[in-house]
Amino acid sequence: MGFSGFRVLKEGLFGQKGWTPQWRNPDPKDEYDIVIIGGGGHGLSTAFYLAKEHGMTNIAVLEKGYLGGGNVGRNTTIVRANYFLPGNSEFYSHSLNLWEGMEQELNYNTMMSQRGVINLFHSDGQRDAFARRGNAMVNQGDDAELLDVAGVRKHLPYLDFENGRFPIYGGLLHRRGGTARHDAVAWGYARGADQRGVDLIQNCEVTGIDIEAGVVKGVQTTRGSIRAKKVAIVTAGRSGQVAAMAGMRLPIESHVLQAFVTEGLKPVIDHVVSFGMGHFYISQSDKGGLVFGGDLDFYASYAARGNLPMKEHVMEAAMTLMPMIGKARVLRSWGGIMDMTPDGSPIIDKTHIAGLYLDCGWCYGGFKAVPGSGYSFAHLLATGEHHAPAAGFRLDRFRDGVGLMDEEGTGAQHNLH
Amino acid sequence: MRINCPVCGERDRREFYYVGDAVALDRPDREAGLDAWDSYVHLRDNPAGMTRDLWHHEAGCGAWLVVTRDTVTHVVSDVVLAREVAR
Repeated sequence: MGFSGFRVLKEGLFGQKGWTPQWRNPDPKDEYDIVIIGGGGHGLSTAFYLAKEHGMTNIAVLEKGYLGGGNVGRNTTIVRANYFLPGNSEFYSHSLNLWEGMEQELNYNTMMSQRGVINLFHSDGQRDAFARRGNAMVNQGDDAELLDVAGVRKHLPYLDFENGRFPIYGGLLHRRGGTARHDAVAWGYARGADQRGVDLIQNCEVTGIDIEAGVVKGVQTTRGSIRAKKVAIVTAGRSGQVAAMAGMRLPIESHVLQAFVTEGLKPVIDHVVSFGMGHFYISQSDKGGLVFGGDLDFYASYAARGNLPMKEHVMEAAMTLMPMIGKARVLRSWGGIMDMTPDGSPIIDKTHIAGLYLDCGWCYGGFKAVPGSGYSFAHLLATGEHHAPAAGFRLDRFRDGVGLMDEEGTGAQHNLH
Repeated sequence: MRINCPVCGERDRREFYYVGDAVALDRPDREAGLDAWDSYVHLRDNPAGMTRDLWHHEAGCGAWLVVTRDTVTHVVSDVVLAREVAR
């Protein structure tokens, strides 16, 4: 059943009685060609692109809770392609291209809003670095504009430009970046995959991975055992636990990242603004809440909540950048579980176990990667070959040190990202 | 989160710098080979539950501490000086 303006009008006239569930709720079959562990954004988009691009539909997505109930339902919804290093740059560029066609591709309103992302800089040296980053983005085929102070003032008149510690020297504007409705992205991919025949199985926790003689045979779940020719682990935040079922240790440490939402306000912040010196970024949701966050709490955690020092730090950064925010009241805060890799870049790869595949390590940037990750992972699962834009996301790059993608230039070590 | 430093007593988490898994105390021999070093530097058990971390009491006595902690509840159950563990 398709969505359209006409249908919204029609259902409005006839008591909204014609809507039906957006996906089936099937019981698991005994065997599938591919079992995807994890019904979040990346798992659902992987299933969708396997069906759409590769014609593979004998697929199950196993979700221990409900679809889209993990990090894809608990993030700050930012979409951008402003990476610098080869390997990352072409991947996020491809992902942004998919974002731009997503609503038509899925026949689903994901509320994609290309409102522009502005990264602020506060010194001559930082301006040089941002100019260089902007050039890399343009060379990749994406957009970037270096704004001077007057240029930033035009977009963001409410900032404290004369701040004593971090006066604003300008910003890098990425107009095609913005935000999207996070839940709708998961739901759109779920519906698209289901329509093509993929089984989305909720309340089905994987408890074991069956491996015989180095070849994956299937999974054990709370709803019985399921045989599979290939098993794909897409369980960001919990990747370590699931990989441990296959006897693997990953180059991942799970950390908590906090985010905050204020009460609903009239439109005041039109862009996504990032203030790197304060580890702070902010945008305004369509409901009116100011959505903002900071850096990791910086200790391994699965608590899905953070501690007060980082909350204080984020509020201080907010007040430093835009003193007007002091009048807003914080409605709620939460913590997500981040798969942190040593170099801060993700992993899409095969493993040493035949038929077992990994898509993990998205650190604190998984949302913008949802379409690209699914597309590239589906390509790897279906063809056995790496998809070119994601070919740099190798699992073994830490072991051999070749092709590390350390965007922050701090070193490929766990506690530095 | 508060950490009970054996030297200074219970102090705010902000005084401490997190270094990561206490695996850092088990440094392999320099000739141990690539697998051992990859495991030591990069691979982690990353447990949801009890873990042993290495923390530096940066804004306090400067001691290196091994903190036994639950990653699900943030409860700190034990803190000892790293030099005693490494001995």
